Amino acid sequence: MIQIENVSKHFTLHNQGGAVIPVMQDASLSVAPGECVALVGQSGAGKSTLMRMIYGNYLSQAGRILVDGVDVANAEPREILELRRTTLGYVSQFLRVVPRVPTVDVVAEPSLNTGNDVDQARSHARSLLSRLNIPERLWALSPTTFSGGEQQRVNIARGFAYDYPAMLLDEPTASLDAINREVVLSLIEEAKERGAAIIGIFHDEAARARVCEREVDVSAFTPEVA
Amino acid sequence: MTETGQYNFAYLDEKTKRMIRRALLKGLAIPGYQVPFASREMPMPYGWGTGGVQVSAACLTPDDSFKVIDQGADDTTNAVSIRKFFQRTAGVDVTEHTGEATVIQTRHRIPEEPLREDQILVYQVPIPEPLRFLEPRETETRKMHSLEEYGLMHVKLYEDIARHGSIATSYAYPVKVEGRYVMDPSPIPKFDNPKLEMAAIQLFGAGREQRIYAVPPYTKVVSLDFDDYPFEASKADHPCALCAATHTYLDEVIIDDAGGRMFVCSDTDYCAKRRAEGHTGTMGTPMNEDAA
Amino acid sequence: MIPLLKVQDIAKTYGGRIGCTDVSFDLYPGEVMGIVGESGSGKSTLLNCLAGHLVPDRGQVLFDTRTEGLKDTVRMSEPERRMLSRTDWAFVHQNPRDGLRMGVSAGGNVGERLMAVGARHYGDIRAEALDWLGRVEIANDRIDDRPSAFSGGMQQRLQIARNLVTGPRLVFMDEPTGGLDVSVQARLLDLLRGLVRQMGLSAIIVTHDLAVVRLLADRLMVMKSGHVVETGLTDQVLDDPQHSYTQLLVSSVLQV
Repeated sequence: MIQIENVSKHFTLHNQGGAVIPVMQDASLSVAPGECVALVGQSGAGKSTLMRMIYGNYLSQAGRILVDGVDVANAEPREILELRRTTLGYVSQFLRVVPRVPTVDVVAEPSLNTGNDVDQARSHARSLLSRLNIPERLWALSPTTFSGGEQQRVNIARGFAYDYPAMLLDEPTASLDAINREVVLSLIEEAKERGAAIIGIFHDEAARARVCEREVDVSAFTPEVA
Repeated sequence: MTETGQYNFAYLDEKTKRMIRRALLKGLAIPGYQVPFASREMPMPYGWGTGGVQVSAACLTPDDSFKVIDQGADDTTNAVSIRKFFQRTAGVDVTEHTGEATVIQTRHRIPEEPLREDQILVYQVPIPEPLRFLEPRETETRKMHSLEEYGLMHVKLYEDIARHGSIATSYAYPVKVEGRYVMDPSPIPKFDNPKLEMAAIQLFGAGREQRIYAVPPYTKVVSLDFDDYPFEASKADHPCALCAATHTYLDEVIIDDAGGRMFVCSDTDYCAKRRAEGHTGTMGTPMNEDAA
Repeated sequence: MIPLLKVQDIAKTYGGRIGCTDVSFDLYPGEVMGIVGESGSGKSTLLNCLAGHLVPDRGQVLFDTRTEGLKDTVRMSEPERRMLSRTDWAFVHQNPRDGLRMGVSAGGNVGERLMAVGARHYGDIRAEALDWLGRVEIANDRIDDRPSAFSGGMQQRLQIARNLVTGPRLVFMDEPTGGLDVSVQARLLDLLRGLVRQMGLSAIIVTHDLAVVRLLADRLMVMKSGHVVETGLTDQVLDDPQHSYTQLLVSSVLQV
């Protein structure tokens, strides 16, 4: 489902004397449907960078990143958008939303974008929100004013609102209490059962051990600093 | 006392008249289209019908019989002075009878009596551009005419209904001529709009704005409206107090300082004719032929 | 898939100065493209060339017309282009005064495009105007008020309603949120996003506000001195800018 072949990336900081900072070299990995692969490695090794490259958020300078047959590293913007809409979900660590939009609509959006009708999308959103223990009185409010943990759960609900065949999870269990952590882990397990290919970053080792089939140490892809 | 020896016939020089006639012919060839012309200074102020006077001057021949009406009446200052002007500068016969006139210059009315093919009706026009109040740019209104973009005209009518519950435009009511140009029929009451389809030639002159336009005989003239708010040629719901006519456009006349009023035909010639024929309204007296 | 708009090698100079040059891109149905750059970068010149307000010196702007497929709007006849601009195209000006008739009621403003394409039933026009006022969150009882009695944000929402009432397929927006305070901006952005999705609109939005494009645009084009210096997916361009100017632009945004 997700296949990464010899991917490299560097940042060129034009406004800081043109400094070139290599961050990724010859990264390769593949994830099959129903499989969850954990990215590990110390902080700064490039776990989030690799995830962003897969999502098309960062450009790759070399190599191929195939998600469901689309080469994200070389695709047109609209191909990537289509992929994000129908195939590739991403739960980042930060919730970025239009101010003023009610939480329930924030969560319903991915489902709406794939053509589901409003009622269906909202009712699914509500069930996810209640499963993630977001109090119902907050559903009609914008999540911009929520606490960090609440925002994180809204973000997760949004990520699972549509059954993406491929998912990227960046620290989905961070800053969650035990009950909600359990909910998230079971959401991941359910996604795997329906055949989703998942790449995740988990600092929570117990969580990692429970849901991940394999670990890939991204330190192996960190370029030698010249 | 004619002064034709001192002025060229009908005041304007022949070259100017020819220029105006060319504009008139072009206007007749393109019904409703505003033809620019080099409007001359006339010995009367703008707003007194200088456009109409120039058109009349270009149309008059020594054999014509000339009539001037101002809001239906032959005896108001404006009508009298224009009639006198041509009496003195052209020496033509003048008349107050619609049926006898060959050229009729009018301000704000169409005579009640149907006009014939051998008559010309000349309108005085203050603002010839029907789109002007919504679109101040002449370049833009010209383009709108040339591309037939007339949606804006309906915006004006929409605003009327939104504000007053019905199309409140009661004069200068816009019309579409022969399915093409939208035209301002000059400030005639909308009651007169249906009469714009007539046997006579209709010529429109705007002196200050330097525009001439025309409606040839038997041309289709349709008043703009909405499907659910159709055009209505409305008038005061009274009979004429003098001649009892119920089918004419009426003026409201205040007759005392206690709220008393009467409605009378705005077309004075038509009213007089009816009274002569024996029609008498509630406040009218039988017409005495000697007093006419 | 046929692009809705195919722009090829557009250039416009003002005397010897470059307005914009070498601009080419395809816009597909449903896509929203942002054009960012500082004042004088040529983004407004480009937008005006695309929307037919300016004649480019060179290049083609091909639009997928309903009847004839891709057709160069630069060279099509003026009546045809004007027809497009009141049916399939819409243009939202930065200053609502440029896009509204200030002496005409809100309902008349919304109804004008309908009447321009032949609507002649007052009741239907008014119902449609009411529906659109509702969609842009203007209370029904304001339908007969003139825009001069509206706040800046309401005027801008009215302008949007007036533009979208004929169901255009392509909307040009020139700094649609400029001049509005931030809370009003947020509301407008939310509204625009919803309308774009519901109506499947394609849009080209010119702005200098990177936060606006992040929320509204799928794709981004960065302009500097009349040239396109970078294009790509919006979040990619903003999070991983490649060109030195884009990096400067992104790093210059004040954090709140």
